[in-house]
Amino acid sequence: MILFRHELRQGRAAFWIWTAALALLMDACVFLFPGMKGQMAAAGRLFGSMGGFTAAFGMDRLNVGTLIGFYCVECGSILGLGGAFFACHAGVSALAKEERDKTAEFLLTHPLPRARIVTGKLAAVLIQIAGMNLIVLCLAVLSVGLIGEKIPFRQLLLMHGACCLLQVELACACAGISAFLRRGGAGIGMGLAAVMYLLNLIANLTDRAAFLKYISPFGYCEGADILTGVPLGGRIAAGMLLACMGVAGAYWRYGKKDIR
Amino acid sequence: MDAIRTYALTKYYGKTRGVENIDLTVGQGDYFGFIGPNGAGKSTTIRMLLGLIRPSGGRGEILGLDMEKDCERILERVGYLPAETAFWPGMRVGDVLRLSAGLRGRDCGTAARRLCERLQLDTGRRVDELSLGGRKKTAIVCALQHEPELLIMDEPTSGLDPLMQREFFAILRERNQAGTTIFLSSHVLSEIQRNCAHTAIIRAGSLIASGSVEALVRTGAKRVRVCGRVDHAALEGVRDLRVWAEGAEFLYSGDMQALLAVLARGEVRDLTVSEPDLEEVFMHCYRDGGEGR
Repeated sequence: MILFRHELRQGRAAFWIWTAALALLMDACVFLFPGMKGQMAAAGRLFGSMGGFTAAFGMDRLNVGTLIGFYCVECGSILGLGGAFFACHAGVSALAKEERDKTAEFLLTHPLPRARIVTGKLAAVLIQIAGMNLIVLCLAVLSVGLIGEKIPFRQLLLMHGACCLLQVELACACAGISAFLRRGGAGIGMGLAAVMYLLNLIANLTDRAAFLKYISPFGYCEGADILTGVPLGGRIAAGMLLACMGVAGAYWRYGKKDIR
Repeated sequence: MDAIRTYALTKYYGKTRGVENIDLTVGQGDYFGFIGPNGAGKSTTIRMLLGLIRPSGGRGEILGLDMEKDCERILERVGYLPAETAFWPGMRVGDVLRLSAGLRGRDCGTAARRLCERLQLDTGRRVDELSLGGRKKTAIVCALQHEPELLIMDEPTSGLDPLMQREFFAILRERNQAGTTIFLSSHVLSEIQRNCAHTAIIRAGSLIASGSVEALVRTGAKRVRVCGRVDHAALEGVRDLRVWAEGAEFLYSGDMQALLAVLARGEVRDLTVSEPDLEEVFMHCYRDGGEGR
């Protein structure tokens, strides 16, 4: 428990910066909606005529003239990509940062099984992800209420829930990678998030690449899929399998790793 | 039961040699010095003892427990002072001490306060604002506050000023007298000679000498310094010879009667015969590979 609290304290600056940045950007988008509502019908027609570009971002199936359509396109992108970067950063540095910052020697010469260290660090990352999503969701609900729109609770919960799962998946995968690294892997984490995002864009462009939706966690965070009721169980299951592999890899590798 | 016992402990990093066939015995309550220059394998050995790295071969026992299987139980009873001390930025000294005690599931407040007073360590300072000596003192308190049975220290005095070094060794002496085993790795030989009862010398990953510091220093060889003119070429058993206009200095391990005869034939204005210090033994081991020890 003490390690868990220590990890939360160490990660609090990054947590608040990312949370504030995401909440601010998303709420700014929500507050822009009333002013843009009238223009969104025309914008929707414009986006609809942009072929592959429209499909890549799922805008061919969303009405950006409605609050939830607008929210899924704008805020969904911010939360999806921003949350993925945060989760990857937190996951990939969870274990590797101790060796990078030379604190591993201090930590690992205390009588703690390495498995408990991995558990404490993973738990801290997951709690931060949950906390960030909760705060962002609450502020999003509040901002939708403030602009006088009816709050679409179910759709918002589904979309935010999917984004939270995406972050959990990426954080767990990155924690697995982290156990193999000796220096910080911020570049690897950010790169993984960006690659996963691109894989989903490719999957949206052509049916031949549709299988990529099972590899990229962005495949089950698509607002258009969530709102139109596309079955996402298979994609989520594939994602959670990857998360479990990441966690198992972290325990296996860190348990027998030489700390230099 | 020994505090530390290793059997052919070996570590390879890929194809690179770390240490080979280290057979180390440190008795309980001993004050043991582990000597070797940088890269000899001191830290590798210590890291294996603490479970930070896994041996490629051999095995070891710490306080009667298996080094690999009982790692957590061993660490409960061991205090470790690393050569390089790093803490998490933003923490205060008091936070680090409480974290260390908490990770051991102990409340070490009283012992920590006593140690901080003796080492003049301000627990309110941020660790990232501390000097090297300040960080070292924080690590010393972390290593000592839970009153371990075995203290393993890697280059403990680097960064400490002479006054603090004296206080630090006074604390270690008290702990040792109370029964704590001390394993001190250093390349400051005077430190080992002054404080330790036993020592081992490591060279290129292998132990080349071990025993009591007294016995190692008492090698039979004497350091001879002569002012005047002496025919040292007539002597057998001379090494490390340095000659200057006014005289000569050498290590002599030959027949004492032969030395006296040569000195009597020469013109000696001044003569000093002394025991070589540990540094000379160490340098001898390093030059000659330590044969005969």
